[in-house]
Amino acid sequence: MFDFLDSGQYDLLGAFWVTAQLALYSAIGSLIWGTALAAMRVSPVPLMRTFGTTYVNLVRNTPLTVVIVACSFGLDQTLGITLGADSSEDIGFRLAILGLVAYTGTFVCEALRSGINTVPTGQAEAGRALGLSFTQVLTLVVLPQAFRAAVTPLANVLIALTKNTTVAAAIGAAEAALLMKDMIENEADALFVVFALFAFGFMVLTLPTGLFLGWAAKRLAVKR
Amino acid sequence: MKLRKISAAASAAVVLALTATACGSGSDSGSNGDKINIGIKFDQPGMGLKTPDGTYTGFDVDVARYVAKELGYPEDKINWKQAPSAERENMIKNGDVKYIVGTYSITEKRLKEVDFAGPYFVAHQDLLVRADDNSITKVEDLNSKKLCSVAGSTSAQNVRDKLAPKADLRQLGGYSECLTGLENKSVDALTTDATILAGYAAQKEHQGKFKLAGLSLSDEKYGIGLKKGDADLKGKINKALEKMISDGTWDKLVKQHFGPSGYKNDPAPKIAG
Amino acid sequence: MSSVLYDNPGPRARRRNVLYTVAFLAVLALVAWWVLTALNDKGQLDAAKWSPFVTDPQVWTTYLLPGLTETLKAAALAILIALPLGAALGIGRLSDHAWVRVPVGAIVEFFRAIPVLILMIFASQIYAKFTTVSSDFRPLYAVVTGLVLYNASVIAEVVRAGVLSLPRGQSDAAVALGMRKGQSMLYVLLPQAVTVMLPALVSQLVVIVKDTALGGAVLGFGELLSQNRQITANYGANTIATFTVIALVYIALNAVITNLASRLEKRLRQGRKTSAVKENSPAETTETPAGAVSGA
Repeated sequence: MFDFLDSGQYDLLGAFWVTAQLALYSAIGSLIWGTALAAMRVSPVPLMRTFGTTYVNLVRNTPLTVVIVACSFGLDQTLGITLGADSSEDIGFRLAILGLVAYTGTFVCEALRSGINTVPTGQAEAGRALGLSFTQVLTLVVLPQAFRAAVTPLANVLIALTKNTTVAAAIGAAEAALLMKDMIENEADALFVVFALFAFGFMVLTLPTGLFLGWAAKRLAVKR
Repeated sequence: MKLRKISAAASAAVVLALTATACGSGSDSGSNGDKINIGIKFDQPGMGLKTPDGTYTGFDVDVARYVAKELGYPEDKINWKQAPSAERENMIKNGDVKYIVGTYSITEKRLKEVDFAGPYFVAHQDLLVRADDNSITKVEDLNSKKLCSVAGSTSAQNVRDKLAPKADLRQLGGYSECLTGLENKSVDALTTDATILAGYAAQKEHQGKFKLAGLSLSDEKYGIGLKKGDADLKGKINKALEKMISDGTWDKLVKQHFGPSGYKNDPAPKIAG
Repeated sequence: MSSVLYDNPGPRARRRNVLYTVAFLAVLALVAWWVLTALNDKGQLDAAKWSPFVTDPQVWTTYLLPGLTETLKAAALAILIALPLGAALGIGRLSDHAWVRVPVGAIVEFFRAIPVLILMIFASQIYAKFTTVSSDFRPLYAVVTGLVLYNASVIAEVVRAGVLSLPRGQSDAAVALGMRKGQSMLYVLLPQAVTVMLPALVSQLVVIVKDTALGGAVLGFGELLSQNRQITANYGANTIATFTVIALVYIALNAVITNLASRLEKRLRQGRKTSAVKENSPAETTETPAGAVSGA
């Protein structure tokens, strides 16, 4: 039953490596974009608040597949933005990262906002009393504490993101789910084995992340 | 107190929803009642398509209808089921459907899982290009082109592994997505079985926009998938297919479904028996 | 509405805010204009691609509405089963007995780690091999099972976090009153935790609605998103239009859910003005530490 694995036809490790890269780049991107969104949502400029809220509510309520396909259609096919990639596989990979960032950013934003809510009012007030501006209050006082309180939800977002990379197969990023589609098409007789293999692969990727971040959350938590 | 009221209302809703679905799930299991379950594609114009008025059209659908009639099931006894590519073998093995007629190529691998009646049609992998594009005439031309196909499909793997490993292959979720790319000039050609391509090219929205390149990149023998070892059914279906070819229905259907696209089909194949 | 993060704007700050607003608006308008012209250049805004959704009621009656029904059915069933199961798992993970806590923890971590799509496919296989569920309902069952396994695990974490976020005094007081562990959980801790958990739970409900879409392509479950294949196959590959319309339906549906839930939350909060949770949270701790997450 496992003989198709020895044939060398499928590059399993390679595919999971792409998955890991997708997850890593998207995680960094969505952390930045999510922080920016959260900053917009608490900023003094009303239009930015409106934009942040509208963006989060729209994108968070849209299925990820639609977001990613929209990236492929809207950016690559219609606007011709390929993010400097030449081959289709690269285009798929980079656009998938963009889509994942656009989508996951909203979850990061909400996680951070709940983190901001745990920071006592006194902290921000003390900052303002010292004459700090909005940007200073946010970046020097509130956000550092918010991040520490938000480690657990952020860990959940990261785990979900790792699994969400499977959707990138819809626009042809050569990651694990795309290989799985190949294998389903060719090895229908070993369907169970194929799925077990990929379930195991994802557990290897997500479980250590979850455990490590759970430990980190406990260490970093602000004791009040 | 309020919480309790709300949870009472919620649980009432739960019960209602559960009974509602339970009522909806009247049992018409299996294919052995007075109805027959047939697996087809719902989203391939020209082959198997669910139209806006809820009926089904296409070459595969008409073949399935003809065979069902020969087996003793008129139109109103047919229960159409969507058979996604990845689920076809499973649906047959589980007995969800009696047989599947859905651009189902006979391959060595699949023969280990299911049996095939037919073949009833021989198709070739081909390319769909924009009508004003004459730059693809042979397989070697593909290496410098941007191709598009459905992720994981046999056609996509064919291009990548055998035909044109250097071609820039874009794998998307469905043919329509590729077609939009072709329209927008972000890909140069869409590749899969010529039958499917012809179906898209013949749509009224697309007439005059696209054409088939006319390359035979592979041989796909379409068979009717059925449960392994069911020699009785296989024999009956083969007989029905032979009759369909000999009484001229086959030619009529081919002309009706593939005529408008200018697709030059192979002659009717010999039924293996 | 003023925030604790910044002072009320004076004349200079107000002028600056106006400047930012104008600049931001200009950027947004520029991007929108660019996207629309590009779409128009490629012929994607042609009436032929969009009009079916307005002029042809059959698009709705044949594809979109049945798809929406399936989506709602799967989502409702998944929610109704996952909520109590998740609560039970969450409480189990808080148990004092290691023989309950450890296996429940393992279950939760296990199902959180696997992509929902793979869970669904597994469920479908198992139903086909070991049960007599009719093939008409197997995709629905498989989708619901996958969603329940994953979301119950996430909800378990939400519940656990919600209970842990309550002040220690609450359970101490319950013990002092002579309540048993089960009583204090049922009458003291959970009712308060529900209020804290609501926002996270609601976002999880939205996730469930969206994740029903995963079963569409592979299992042949006729939900809303998978209808795009049939629509685009019939109306000349109007992919962009179809995806836009489907996305709008999802957004509207989820907006309704979020709206209903926030009303419910408001009523719950009004009912417990003297709640310890409220007093103890200086900066309006409205959200639990566990955010909602989708898992494809």
